[in-house]
Amino acid sequence: MRKLTINGQVHEVDMPDDMPLLWVLRDVLGLTGTKYGCGIAQCGACTVHLGGIAVRSCQTTMDMIEDMPIVTIEGVSNTPIGAKVQAAWLDKEVVQCGYCQSGQIMSATALLTENPKPTDTDIDDAMAGNICRCGTYVRIREAIHSVNV
Amino acid sequence: MIENLVSRRNFLRGTALATAGLVLAVQLPGNTRRASAAVGEQSKFIPNAFVKIDDDGITLIMPHTEVGQGIYTSSAMLMAEELEVDLDQVRVEAAPPDLKKYMDPILFDQATGGSTSTQSDWVRLREAGASARIMLVGAAAARWGVPADDCRVEKGVIHHEPSGRSLSYLEVAADAATREVPKQVPLKDPSQFRLIGTKAKRLDTPAKVDGSLVYGIDTRLPGMAYATLAIAPVKGGRIASMNEAAARAVKGVREVVRTDDAVAVIGDHMWAAKLGVDALELTWESGPNASVSTQAILDDMHEASLKPGVVVRDDNGAAEAIRKAKTKLDAVYRSPFLSHSPLEPMNCTLHIGEDRAELWVGTQVPVRAQKAVAEATGLPPEKVTVNNQLMGGAFGRRLDIDTIEQAAKLLRNIRYPVKLVWTREQDLTHDFFRPYYYDRVSAGLDDAGRLVGRTHRVTGSSVMARWAPPAFVNGIDPDSLDCAAETPYDESAVFADYVRHEPEGLTTAWWRGVGATHNLFVMESFIDEMAHATGQDPVDFRRKMLTKNPRALAVLELAAEKAGWKEKLPKGRGRGVSLQFAFNTYLAHILDIEVVPGKQVKLLRSVLAVDCGIVINPDTVRAQMEGGVLFGLGTAMFNEVTFTGGAVDQSNFDNYRILRINEAPKVEVYQVKSVEKPGGVGEAGTAAAAGALANAIFSATGKRIRSLPLSQAAV
Repeated sequence: MRKLTINGQVHEVDMPDDMPLLWVLRDVLGLTGTKYGCGIAQCGACTVHLGGIAVRSCQTTMDMIEDMPIVTIEGVSNTPIGAKVQAAWLDKEVVQCGYCQSGQIMSATALLTENPKPTDTDIDDAMAGNICRCGTYVRIREAIHSVNV
Repeated sequence: MIENLVSRRNFLRGTALATAGLVLAVQLPGNTRRASAAVGEQSKFIPNAFVKIDDDGITLIMPHTEVGQGIYTSSAMLMAEELEVDLDQVRVEAAPPDLKKYMDPILFDQATGGSTSTQSDWVRLREAGASARIMLVGAAAARWGVPADDCRVEKGVIHHEPSGRSLSYLEVAADAATREVPKQVPLKDPSQFRLIGTKAKRLDTPAKVDGSLVYGIDTRLPGMAYATLAIAPVKGGRIASMNEAAARAVKGVREVVRTDDAVAVIGDHMWAAKLGVDALELTWESGPNASVSTQAILDDMHEASLKPGVVVRDDNGAAEAIRKAKTKLDAVYRSPFLSHSPLEPMNCTLHIGEDRAELWVGTQVPVRAQKAVAEATGLPPEKVTVNNQLMGGAFGRRLDIDTIEQAAKLLRNIRYPVKLVWTREQDLTHDFFRPYYYDRVSAGLDDAGRLVGRTHRVTGSSVMARWAPPAFVNGIDPDSLDCAAETPYDESAVFADYVRHEPEGLTTAWWRGVGATHNLFVMESFIDEMAHATGQDPVDFRRKMLTKNPRALAVLELAAEKAGWKEKLPKGRGRGVSLQFAFNTYLAHILDIEVVPGKQVKLLRSVLAVDCGIVINPDTVRAQMEGGVLFGLGTAMFNEVTFTGGAVDQSNFDNYRILRINEAPKVEVYQVKSVEKPGGVGEAGTAAAAGALANAIFSATGKRIRSLPLSQAAV
């Protein structure tokens, strides 16, 4: 049994060491807000926070987690910056199909937590790992700039 | 940099997690305020296929599916406008498969595609709302014994001001249900619109920013198992051998099911299923398409393009006019096979019983989906329930039901619910692809630099012939020359023909922007060639050919003004223009780029001027223009699907690149006010991308791009 702290709640799971967190979240714990897009850390749809850092849960296996807390899109509103990012996303009507947006919001929250006033280049660096197939990049940038941390 | 994001070093660079804070007040459309009256069982009011008022409140049934384009919101706005309710008073629901009730009158199917949704629903959804309102008001007026004309409705409450009485829609729903559906349904004059034309907030976004929205792939059912699959890499291939025992030995694997050309492993979760597939040690028989390659297809198309096709337009005299012209141009343009690759991979959840089946999927064609399951299971269609889900993108991919059919065949004998998820690799390599097109164009211009004759031969697969055979008449695919045979320009001598060429070993499909995306790359690049060959400014050259087309001219002028077309560019910069009339929408695009030798072309600024007739939601129009043009630009920059030995060479986003935020230009959208009927907006931006990009590259480098993607051209 392994103890995972997800969105402040402790879950006991008995899953193999090499199983990606993505599938534990989605299929074992039912936290389906974290999305599968590519499985090879190319699209960012599966981004979660591990110990406060944005990581790709498709590449984060059970044995890598140790006792670091996990935050997913379902819990990011409990962080002040996460809630502001979600509000900005709604205010700017960023979303189209929405499938990538859990990951975008997790990456943007991590960026703004570390860097309250990111430049366009900072945004490029932090967000380039998150693909949006609908092309909402213009608004993602606007929304990040609009967040008053 | 991207690799960094997942590095071990980053994991360990942990910072304390911020805790506490405000909880967003987000609500699902369905959880919103309801009229307060207590209502009984009998209060169900269903005046038509689109409106339902019952104990759950006001429900609007969506004839078109939400793939991200915002149609749930626009459709609800059309109905709510006439029903006289606010958007926060309604919930929206996907229409069940029912061709009689929900057929798209342009597509002749219950389908969402071709940017037709708003054009199809513009009248019928407003009428549905108005008709319901008339019946509800009639019911209230009858109860009060007053003329209906003396009543007025605001936010779903009917008021009779002379007597100070009011009743909510829910209170009169049961009465309204007994009234006759009105034959005449007068609609508001556009000057009276209170909702149409406003930037109403999308109904589906709150659940998309907190992770609560359930896409098809998020379906979870009691007792559900998880599956993934491997499909023959070459179309027409078969499983030669597999080690089923090895797959069954994987912890968490429950079953292995197969057809001739595919095998699925069912397990406790996706990871077990995936390891199970990996353990199968599959070998394949390639079958008849083992030698298919892109080069061989291209060689065939080149041959086919030399022979005359089916004539689509012949003004007589095009060839003669070109022969006599002072300046003659001939060119061949090529557009590659493309994958849809919506970010939500193909998936399908099925619960098949002895006498009924239930399907959870995101599909653009619910009736076809129902039929696919019925045929695979031998059940009658009415015994197949389709739960249509919002989609994580579609772009035409979910207009086909091959994946649903495959799932139903594989799971035919499984009696518990199974969610089958395609890995990205299986999704991409077994996509139905945008056809490869091979275009031969020629033009003649006179002494004054005026276009006097033009020919255009399109060679390529007909998606229409496969997908909607009745629309493929006399060998003509009306999509294949869309925006090529007819243009916004003054032209009197055009010859256009179509050579249908079906490549072996793959299936072609609709892809965002359909015929317009392909043809506008060719047309708008070639128009640019004409301007440059005769020493004319590309905007000016177009302007002179728009004497009979004020709406096209207006968007061109607006884009030119906003983009600063006349302003001189620094060295290394390029500026390209593209103009179109597609999906009944006028659109001009001016793109600025920078070319640094040896580096990827940098997209700087995209300016779009659009006239799509009456606008339902200007923010949705802007969003579709922004997203559409980036979709098209990324594709033109990077994407092609190629074949070697019958199999697709690309497999995931590492070798099928999607435009990223650091590569995206600024996008500015300008909308022209119009009182014309609405046009489509979901695909227009995509179709406007490649031509402007190719023209911008010419402007920067003098090099003409006639084959996509750009990454394959030495710029």
